[in-house]
Amino acid sequence: MPNLMELKYQVSNEDFTRAGEASSDVKKKLKQLGVSPDVIRRVAIALYEGEINMVIHAYGGEITVTISEEQITMTLADRGPGIPDIDKAMQAGFSTAPDNVRNLGFGAGMGLPNMKKNSDTIDISTEIGVGTTVVMTINL
Amino acid sequence: MDNSYDNSVYLLENQCKGCTNCIKHCPTQAIRVRNNKAVITKNKCIDCGECIRICPHHAKKAKRDFIDAIKQYKYTVALPAPSLYAQVNHLDDVNIILTGIKKLGFDDVFEVSAAAEIISEKSREYIAENRDKWPVISTACPTVVRLVQVRFPNLVDNLLPLITPAELAAKLARQIAMDETGLKSEEIGIFFLSPCPSKVTAAKNPIGYEKSDIDHVLAIKDIYPALISAMTEVAANPEDLVRSGKIGISWGITGGEAAGLLSDSYVAADGIGNVISVLEDLEDDKFNKDLEFIELNACNGGCVGGVMTVENPFAAKAKLQHIRKYLPVTAPHDEVDDDKTTWTSDVEYEPVFELADNLKESMAKMAQIDALCEEFPGLDCGCCGAPTCKALAEDIVRGVAKKRDCIHILREYINKLSDDISIISGD
Repeated sequence: MPNLMELKYQVSNEDFTRAGEASSDVKKKLKQLGVSPDVIRRVAIALYEGEINMVIHAYGGEITVTISEEQITMTLADRGPGIPDIDKAMQAGFSTAPDNVRNLGFGAGMGLPNMKKNSDTIDISTEIGVGTTVVMTINL
Repeated sequence: MDNSYDNSVYLLENQCKGCTNCIKHCPTQAIRVRNNKAVITKNKCIDCGECIRICPHHAKKAKRDFIDAIKQYKYTVALPAPSLYAQVNHLDDVNIILTGIKKLGFDDVFEVSAAAEIISEKSREYIAENRDKWPVISTACPTVVRLVQVRFPNLVDNLLPLITPAELAAKLARQIAMDETGLKSEEIGIFFLSPCPSKVTAAKNPIGYEKSDIDHVLAIKDIYPALISAMTEVAANPEDLVRSGKIGISWGITGGEAAGLLSDSYVAADGIGNVISVLEDLEDDKFNKDLEFIELNACNGGCVGGVMTVENPFAAKAKLQHIRKYLPVTAPHDEVDDDKTTWTSDVEYEPVFELADNLKESMAKMAQIDALCEEFPGLDCGCCGAPTCKALAEDIVRGVAKKRDCIHILREYINKLSDDISIISGD
């Protein structure tokens, strides 16, 4: 499809200071595309939270962002440990983050709740020991 | 796209060698070298002064006024920025510098730091009453305001909607002058002594209000030599002109404005690169929800680091600390109505970096840019006149550059041509 754009990012857990590079690049591109500021804000927050989650819990993965005239779809796929209890993970404040991560100001237990709050749809498929795929959409 | 925005930084064509220093240092990629001369795109320029600082040939200048403009008026008032006090050694009494300024030919002086203390008070009230706008972003640095306006649409609502201390000083000084002399407003000249070009722009093209009360903006560095001599003459017997204290004078250095809020819940950052990274993080919600205020200054060290100052910003900071020692925390000020200090017009986002005005066309252009980037060597050498390969690709897609502006593509093309010629000539 000609008016569909796809952006791919490899997220690595090797360097924590690089977490957020994908969301920041997407944000820059959306501004150039002239997407409305409110949508940009929601995409940036949802994607950044997801990216951080991939680095902390899943040792990296791949982010694919597709943009059509109707919506932005963000797919975050990892081969991490999986989420044992999605309902619990979705609760605001629930966190499994280790202390070294909390000391950096992360791990407040707002990751998934923030992703949900900022997207129009969110779908999580997860399998213990195999990985997690989160698909979020935001309507334009 | 709106090109009406008029910035203050400009090029002295005959001094420009067409090198790549400025294009590499411009934080908004507003400069290109075309036909061996730098060209500034006005609506992308935020008047930060980085190109003035970096140009080895002194080919970048800031538009400003000069002191002979005082002849146009019957009565003149100088408004010294607090950063001016930080330019001189061993200043124990601010009255000496203020009396020295008068001696340059002004009828009166009104300290910007006095108005700053009023703005500090108004800021405290605004922050307390507008929790939904936290963190409130300082608007004292016009470069920061312009940067938010063109690049951070989601942060426009966080801007502190108050006029700058210099602007309030101009209003108050004009009123005092009219009351004392009985002259008409147009017979009175208000002169701001500024550390930077962005404050020149703010007086010409204010953001947040219609018209500035500042008539002329002079550069600190231009009046400096005459001021030093004038100060020596008046040092023994200065007039009593000081109207501000520690809080107002501290606005000249980073952290000063924030300290005037009397709260610990703030972030204070300076240097244009740091300012951009704080704004990026703020846009991504990375700061705590209970953070009240963000002070941002485009120049290193704050206003003392402005390109129209003389002293090294760090030495200047030490000097300001020395002067502060002798002052009360704040001076008493008359009550000023909120409508005198509050912005009167909305700040609208200006998407100067958009590729096209609709999504479909923008996406097509972005795809072309990505395809072009694949062809370029990715060295970001700047020889084409654009700061990066990606910027050249954007220029090509916008129709203002061509592929063979890239010297590497051009070399390949010439090699191919010479191969073709040797085939034709049967070598």
